[in-house]
Amino acid sequence: MSAALKPDAGPRLELSGIQAGYGDFQALFGVGLRVEPGEAVGVVGPNGAGKTTLLRVISGLIRPRAGTLRYGDRDLTRVPPHELPGLGIAHVPENRRLFPHLTVEENLKVGAFTKSARAHFEKRRDHVYELFPRMKQRRHQLAGTLSGGEQQMCAIGRALMSGPKILLLDEPSAGLAPLVVQQVFELVKRIRQEGLTVLIVEQNVAQVLRVVDRAYVLETGRVAAEGRSAELAADPAIRRSYLGGH
Amino acid sequence: MNGLALPAALFAALAAVPLLSLPDYVMHLLITMLLTALAGTGWAMMGRFGLVSFGHGAFLGAGAYTMAILWNELGLTPWLGIPIGVAVAILAGVLLAYPAFKLRVVGHYFALVTLAAGEIVRILIVALREHTGGSLGMTPAKAPEGGAFLAMQFDKAGFWWVALIAWAGGLLAWRMLDRSMASKALAAISEDEDAAASIGIKVTAEKLKVTVISVTLAALAGALTAQYRQYLNPESLAGLGISLQIVFGAIAGGMYVPLGPTIGAAITIGLEEGLRIGFGTELTGAAPLVYGLLLVLFMLYLPRGIAGLFERRAKTPATAKRAPGEATA
Amino acid sequence: MDPFFLEALVNGILLGGVFALPALGLNLVFGVVDVVWLCYAELVMVGMYTVWFLYTQAGWPLGLAFAACLPAIAVLGLLLHLIVVRPLLSSPPINQVLATGGVLFFLQGAATLVFSTDFRSLGVDMPPMEVGEVFVSGTKLAAFIAALVGAGILWAFLKFTYVGTAIRAIARDREVMPLMGVDPQKIYLIASAVGGALAGLAACLLVVQLDVHPFVGLSFGPITFMICVMGGLGNMLGGFLAAFLMGLIISVGGFWGTTEFSYVVAFAFFIIVMFLRPKGLFAR
Repeated sequence: MSAALKPDAGPRLELSGIQAGYGDFQALFGVGLRVEPGEAVGVVGPNGAGKTTLLRVISGLIRPRAGTLRYGDRDLTRVPPHELPGLGIAHVPENRRLFPHLTVEENLKVGAFTKSARAHFEKRRDHVYELFPRMKQRRHQLAGTLSGGEQQMCAIGRALMSGPKILLLDEPSAGLAPLVVQQVFELVKRIRQEGLTVLIVEQNVAQVLRVVDRAYVLETGRVAAEGRSAELAADPAIRRSYLGGH
Repeated sequence: MNGLALPAALFAALAAVPLLSLPDYVMHLLITMLLTALAGTGWAMMGRFGLVSFGHGAFLGAGAYTMAILWNELGLTPWLGIPIGVAVAILAGVLLAYPAFKLRVVGHYFALVTLAAGEIVRILIVALREHTGGSLGMTPAKAPEGGAFLAMQFDKAGFWWVALIAWAGGLLAWRMLDRSMASKALAAISEDEDAAASIGIKVTAEKLKVTVISVTLAALAGALTAQYRQYLNPESLAGLGISLQIVFGAIAGGMYVPLGPTIGAAITIGLEEGLRIGFGTELTGAAPLVYGLLLVLFMLYLPRGIAGLFERRAKTPATAKRAPGEATA
Repeated sequence: MDPFFLEALVNGILLGGVFALPALGLNLVFGVVDVVWLCYAELVMVGMYTVWFLYTQAGWPLGLAFAACLPAIAVLGLLLHLIVVRPLLSSPPINQVLATGGVLFFLQGAATLVFSTDFRSLGVDMPPMEVGEVFVSGTKLAAFIAALVGAGILWAFLKFTYVGTAIRAIARDREVMPLMGVDPQKIYLIASAVGGALAGLAACLLVVQLDVHPFVGLSFGPITFMICVMGGLGNMLGGFLAAFLMGLIISVGGFWGTTEFSYVVAFAFFIIVMFLRPKGLFAR
């Protein structure tokens, strides 16, 4: 595999004391979080806990009101959002947000918009097709006509086109049938094997704890618990709240 | 009652203007200003509720040409011709607006549909040249001896009074609309049509109501302008050019307060005359150039118009329910 | 078939080609920036004066004058975006439209000041050609072919380049674009320049067929807007097809009645389309 395909896992992503919100509404109250190179980290919690806001802060779509946000030695709060893919950070947004009127391949092309990514377009596209053969079959089909699971593949593929070191996944299982959810988490596993660092935000706690190394539990904008997946999965309080255990 | 004392006094004072025996030229400017203000007031009736029409020129034309053709060909006095012209304009307006509102043609689409309608009327005027004189324009026939009143062919003072009454009528309509439930409904509609409909507001009916008022004022302004100038042509009474000028006046003055469009008319007429006197006819392009520049600057820096500068100050005492006469500073 | 009717059909298609370019440019800008350039026809007017001035006054060869017109109007489009549109991007749409309406007046006034209201003619014409039973104006045919070539280049740009693909993407979802590494502001600039260049090309094709005067934009501006709306604002293909439809209506309408009648029919057709398909003829 060539250098363009085999990504290094990039530097450490580290947040501390992040406060953020929309207008008068504050969603995050001093959140701290760390993702080590090569790690897969989950952020779980109920609806409205601030999980999506957290990812949007990392991507620069929302600027934090307080706190630090560092990627290696870089202060991300000073980087305009469209420069993040160039730094190796790719964000698969909530609801996938594909371009429904473009073909699968054109969606991948938009994902390879940055100057540095264009040079590797063909190699990376072929690699995405290798990872997700279904995408190759559907390459000339409009993305809007794909099934939910296929759309998630396409969205992840699109994010991979920029050659990221870290992948931010926002609710990849949202709105999908249970069987498809299984498949999506298989995809996430496959991506992990690529050597990418992954930060994944999910409501589906049971599933996500099976694919990540560590996880944070976010409740009403604060980190309520953190730990290794296995520990969290065994924690009686968490089992009660999120895993339907007794 | 109190609320009407000041306007009534102002109206009386304005009605006395001809007694000052101002030079004809000044009277001419004042009359033109009032009629322009009337058209702008009509436009702003819709504009301030987000119903931006780029075709209001068409209603000036519908009113004016109906009246003039009835006078020239059937000898029907403009006293009757104007109401008929207004009715024709309303009919045209409703024919256009009803389906537009019913089918939810809003925003850009509404603006462009009205633009098309305005162009249709302009082209129709040109096409019906046997009656309208086409693009050369037409002149209402001279009144027979002693029939000047019936022909509505007054001197400057007479036109001042007619224009003043029409203009005051426009402001009164504004005031009545503002005091009615309709204005609240329209404000809600312009905010969010679906939400308004869901709380039981009859969206189409409310919009039609304000359209009829708006068209009435515009058609009246058109007919009176034609009657005052004793000349009609398609460019100044229909089409995109005049429609945008009406919009410009209302925007420059401020479309959210009743006197805004009047201020705007004073600005546009003053500007036009100022440039004409300052540069002469050599620089005929100067007026639209400055207009355009101002329109851009207004949108950039003063989107609520000149009157917008005073809005906050004017509103505060009203909401605080201070007694009239108390200082507003 | 009646050769005169056939001629009307051919002329309608040729006319549609001329309408197509400004419709494409306007739709491109609207689709990407989400602002209607009410002064679009006036950009074309400035382009027509540019060609006229360079050719008849400065003595440039016609081809060079054409070649200069495109970048000149592209720059004008850029300036329009930077000075007027960009500061208003978060304003209500109506304010944006009115500001570009101000530019319409401004350009008309500026043209009047500089060139007066005289009608200016380029004074070039190509001999008519006889195709079968139909006479076709050589100028119109050349303009039509140039319009198609221009549209083809635009299509290839949008279809095959990264920027073009991003332009088509941003028209649907502008918020997500930064996540793709796309700076929307930069795309807006590019779209405005391309929109301007299309106005420049349209100017080259119109100036050989129409006399230039400061208000010439009013003669094809309104119909351009209607074509765009009919095709679905922002829908490039829809606008392109609607241009030919309008061209045919006007030409065939003129065959049965007067020119004015044909425009009335075309505009009335537009209003009816608006009522039946408010989001455009080709809306999905």
